[in-house]
Amino acid sequence: MTIPKEKLLRAYRQMKTIREFEERTHAEIMNGQIPGFTHLYTGQEANAVGVCEHLDELDTIISTHRGHGHCIAKGADVIGMMKELFGSSEGLCKGKGGSMHVADIEKGILGANGIVAGGPPISVGSALAAKIRDNGRVAVSFSGDGSVNQGTCFEAMNLAVVLKVPAIFVIENNYYSEHTNISYAVGCDDLKARTEAFGFPVFVADGSDFFSVYEAAGKAIEHARTGNGPAGLFAEQGRFHGHFVGDPQYYRAEGELDDLRENSDCLKVFRNRTTATGEVSHEELDAIDAEVLALIDEAVAAAKAAPRPTAEQVVEDVYVNYGNA
Amino acid sequence: MPVKTMRDAINEALHQAMAEDDSVFVIGEDVAGCNGSQGEVGSVGGVFGVTGGLYKAFGPNRCIDTPISESAIVGAAAGAALVGMRPVAEIMFADFIGVCMDQIVNQMGKFRYMFGGKSTCPAVIRFASGGGFSAASQHSQAMYQILTAFPGLKVVVPSNAYDAKGLLLQAIRDDDPVMFFEPKALYQEACEVPDEMYTIPFGQAAYVREGDDCTVVAFGQMVPRAAAAIDALEAEGISCDLIDPRTTSPLDEGAILESVEATGRLVVVDETPPRCSLTADIAALAADKAFHSLKAPIKQVCAPHSPTPFSPELEAAYIPSAEKIMAAIKATLA
Repeated sequence: MTIPKEKLLRAYRQMKTIREFEERTHAEIMNGQIPGFTHLYTGQEANAVGVCEHLDELDTIISTHRGHGHCIAKGADVIGMMKELFGSSEGLCKGKGGSMHVADIEKGILGANGIVAGGPPISVGSALAAKIRDNGRVAVSFSGDGSVNQGTCFEAMNLAVVLKVPAIFVIENNYYSEHTNISYAVGCDDLKARTEAFGFPVFVADGSDFFSVYEAAGKAIEHARTGNGPAGLFAEQGRFHGHFVGDPQYYRAEGELDDLRENSDCLKVFRNRTTATGEVSHEELDAIDAEVLALIDEAVAAAKAAPRPTAEQVVEDVYVNYGNA
Repeated sequence: MPVKTMRDAINEALHQAMAEDDSVFVIGEDVAGCNGSQGEVGSVGGVFGVTGGLYKAFGPNRCIDTPISESAIVGAAAGAALVGMRPVAEIMFADFIGVCMDQIVNQMGKFRYMFGGKSTCPAVIRFASGGGFSAASQHSQAMYQILTAFPGLKVVVPSNAYDAKGLLLQAIRDDDPVMFFEPKALYQEACEVPDEMYTIPFGQAAYVREGDDCTVVAFGQMVPRAAAAIDALEAEGISCDLIDPRTTSPLDEGAILESVEATGRLVVVDETPPRCSLTADIAALAADKAFHSLKAPIKQVCAPHSPTPFSPELEAAYIPSAEKIMAAIKATLA
């Protein structure tokens, strides 16, 4: 599969933006600058970008508690997101949502979601709207290996098949649902077969490799977009951080994290491959790296300088209209 | 003016809303019925018959049968509404909120707030609610008092066919998620209902009776029962205001307080158990904001702190009767 150079550079920029956003977020949390609970996507960037590069603004995604990467990949404003994480009233969600609820409906981002497998049923609703309107749109739900044991995930998958809607279930297996390994939490030996038993095809990708995800996601999205009903995408790739920032990660094997960062880093894999083939040069990627770092610097500086919300804003945005009552 | 049952009034509202706006669709279990079977698809029209004829009139894309998957039903309504549709989902019995509460409370009820006011979720979820059918503990609960506690949701409880039609049309046009509770004991109750479309605004109580001695606030199927109690007391020279809030969120606090200030007495009636209930909520409102007007302790008439029983004798003892409402009114006058 050949991908135009412009698209390759864009994909790299997106992955690098997610990486630096997350690493800087980690640093600012450790500095005590970002409040609340935060779950970092570092390491899994190729999944979000490999999927979202097939989507336009009118397609929708719904994300998870580990949602920064999906939102950036789908086009969320990085500075607005950083302001949101800092809790500013200028944040993408006016400081009402924070890390776990970043959303931008106009860009087709139906929200990060703090409830594991809360998203798939909602995504099926977006897919149902696309089917009713017959407008060729698709709806992607990202969820993790923890989500596949939630009943809502089963309900959503079955309903998508029954109604034959253009829903794509992206299951990102990072091996751990919080602190528990998938080998314990998924009772069967073959999760792909279990998922396919719902009645839709599941494509598999190597989540450390953008090209692998891009190709498999393309097949899944094409299947759904052309009226064949839902499809699944499984991507395996470990996260580089804990479940949440501050997780002591007792579940990790000796050397596991070093091995992940050394051998399963999508940015390294991408750089090695594309520079080896000569599709892009190190200089081009280095230039993107510098631009991304500058953008993240700008975002953090803007977030630190952004206005804080005021007490009267607590009760704003609950309803469109609650009348005079 | 034509007389219609609450079932027919709601059905008419659904037909008219779907004809008016092609973004409105109905989704739920057996809202058409007979899919995949030998029977004629659409011949069920909901287990209570409320969605009858919609499949025939609007087809499979707008009258959508689902598996028994309440979380997926509510989630599908939430997602479709986020992208601009106006779904009306049916959850067969309000008790099943227990299996889809996350999608109602954590998802659709909070989208707008969590997303900084940048989304709308114009979904309606209809529930058949309340007791009176010997349907026992898992098919008899009112449940609206629970969802009333959650900011972001609007909660509607009609007590007659006229209100049901106007409130449902308002709910469908409303840009916030609306929980629409249909007291199933009232489906067969009829009153005058215009053929044309009309809406009743949320947060505006109805004055069902007007009187001087006591204010009675009642919800859903307790409204006609309270009216019967008040009418029976007329012979004893007692007259009462009867206020039907019609929506529990938003709540017309002004109507309740104004009446309490005039009568100096308050009886609140609901079919739910007493703890964390609407009766406690309204009593607290009056105690907080109209204390100096009160001439007697506030009385709450509600079910006991027990699940809904099965046996007709037990259920009759469980749901507040007109006699209990009369006794409570008299107690405030003693």
